[in-house]
Amino acid sequence: MNNLKIKKRLVQDKFMCWGVCLLATLTAIPLFAILGKVLLSGYDQLSWSFFTEPTPTAYKAMKAIEAGEPIPGGIANGIIGTMIMLGMAVVVAVPLGILCGAFLAENSKTRFAQFVSYLTDLLQGTPSVIIGIITYVWVVVPMKGYSAIAGSVALCIMMLPLIVRSTEETLKILPASLKEAGLALGGNKARVMMKVQLPSAFGGIFTGVLLAISRVIGETAPLMFTALGCSFVRFAVDKPISAVPLLIWEFFNDPNLQELIWGASLFLLLFVLLLNLLSKYIAKKWNQ
Amino acid sequence: MESVTPMLEFKKTCISYTKQTMAVKYVSAAIEKNTITAIMGPSGCGKSTLLRAVNLMHNLYPNIRVDGEILLNGENILAMEPIDVRRRVGMVFQRPAPFPTMSIYDNVLSGFALNGIKLSKAEKDAIVEHRLRSVSLWDEVKDVLNKKGTFLSGGQQQRLCIARALAMKPDVLLMDEPTSALDPIATKHIEELLLELQKEVTILIVTHNMGQAKRISSKSMFMYLGELVEYGDTEKLFTNPVDERTKAYLTGKMG
Ligand SMILES: Nc1ncnc2c1ncn2[C@@H]1O[C@H](COP(=O)(O)OP(=O)(O)OP(=O)(O)O)[C@@H](O)[C@H]1O
Ligand SMILES: [Mg+2]
Repeated sequence: MNNLKIKKRLVQDKFMCWGVCLLATLTAIPLFAILGKVLLSGYDQLSWSFFTEPTPTAYKAMKAIEAGEPIPGGIANGIIGTMIMLGMAVVVAVPLGILCGAFLAENSKTRFAQFVSYLTDLLQGTPSVIIGIITYVWVVVPMKGYSAIAGSVALCIMMLPLIVRSTEETLKILPASLKEAGLALGGNKARVMMKVQLPSAFGGIFTGVLLAISRVIGETAPLMFTALGCSFVRFAVDKPISAVPLLIWEFFNDPNLQELIWGASLFLLLFVLLLNLLSKYIAKKWNQ
Repeated sequence: MESVTPMLEFKKTCISYTKQTMAVKYVSAAIEKNTITAIMGPSGCGKSTLLRAVNLMHNLYPNIRVDGEILLNGENILAMEPIDVRRRVGMVFQRPAPFPTMSIYDNVLSGFALNGIKLSKAEKDAIVEHRLRSVSLWDEVKDVLNKKGTFLSGGQQQRLCIARALAMKPDVLLMDEPTSALDPIATKHIEELLLELQKEVTILIVTHNMGQAKRISSKSMFMYLGELVEYGDTEKLFTNPVDERTKAYLTGKMG
């Protein structure tokens, strides 16, 4: 009698296990399909010149295709543009986001903090295309032109809520004893935050920053309204500039350049993968 | 005999977490300079609450009310700036809490860093050595000063925390069950240390361990349900308690 029940349970257990495995595999299929497609199609294009040369003109590409040669040129203009805009966005978003997150964590009970916290959620859920159009109105129009600055403002706005949240969450899970120990030594709140709480939360905050970067690096829509694009390598921040996701969109629209889509996609994917691995590694290291 | 100002004096101190109940009720007691005073009582009787009032920890939580007076050298701390009070009143917590991102060296000096006090390298070295010696940790860690404080054992970490508190030269040192997370040997180390330290600092220690209270304290408080039931010489409190509740607690019939 009792034996039978146990057997029944064991069978149920098996079924559950197989079911879960099956579903997990199903979910993983699209992921592997994407990775496979991008890897297979993009691998051919990866060469040194792909990273060091700017986009070819449609004419040059056409000639190469006609001659049966690989398309010359690469995505250097996009990579440089992406790095410049990301760099500027990070320099502004990180300190601002950390400050805001620290404020929210310290004053979580006040009305104002709850309001800001709500706004952060809202900002995080705002479609990127809207952030793009707003940056267009706020930055591109007054500056009378598309620019790397405008692009980085859009990216910065998109990164902020992620950094704010990760800072706030990490600070909140620190043991209260840490802050109390700091204050008990006579430190004021700002110093305890700077010297005790934030350093202790570094792992979580850094992970948040990396995830924020990997979240915005592939954003295309907001850059269309702000950075516009540029076919050569450029370092000026007040002029239109290219970015890797913008290039993918341009390649798609030009029949002669379509071959280059996969190389650019592979680059983005690998970059995001690298950031994710790095953040995992740091989170692990910091939690020891 | 002429009366001297006590180092620390509670005058009808009341503390409440909520409007309805008081966690500490009308506690009055004077604590003399350079003594060790033990606070005992069953769990939840308000020992930690009373102790944390002395360095204004309750100020961090807006709904906690502290009434009455607490005098430090005759001055009411409830009217003073928390930062000034906390510099003069050090605290050691139940769980050893060295700052996890700082080295042993920086942990000892963290009080200065947190107060924005700049020191020369020579001054720093001298303070670190002196303080680690006074908690008899120097010989154990002098070669690993740059390692993180969290690499030390629990007992060593607690001594590091004591060194960190002492570095600020406090008048009063508050300790909330500082040895409850430690083994008997580490506990013994710390008890010897406290007996030594009372020459330079007045110590107020919460303990569940009656043996510990007997071994180190000269005066003891017994609290029950937020009230200070009995306060006097440890010797007398243990051998000849006045109050029935103290008697019941000491004989293990309560708590
Ligand atoms: N943060 C808090 N909010 C509300 N009530 C609290 C809080 N902390 C403590 N109390 C209450 O105050 C009373 C005294 O608590 P306290 O922590 O001072 O006791 P204790 O004597 O230190 O006990 P223990 O020996 O267990 O540490 C308890 O009844 C407790 O429920
Ligand atoms: Mg307690």
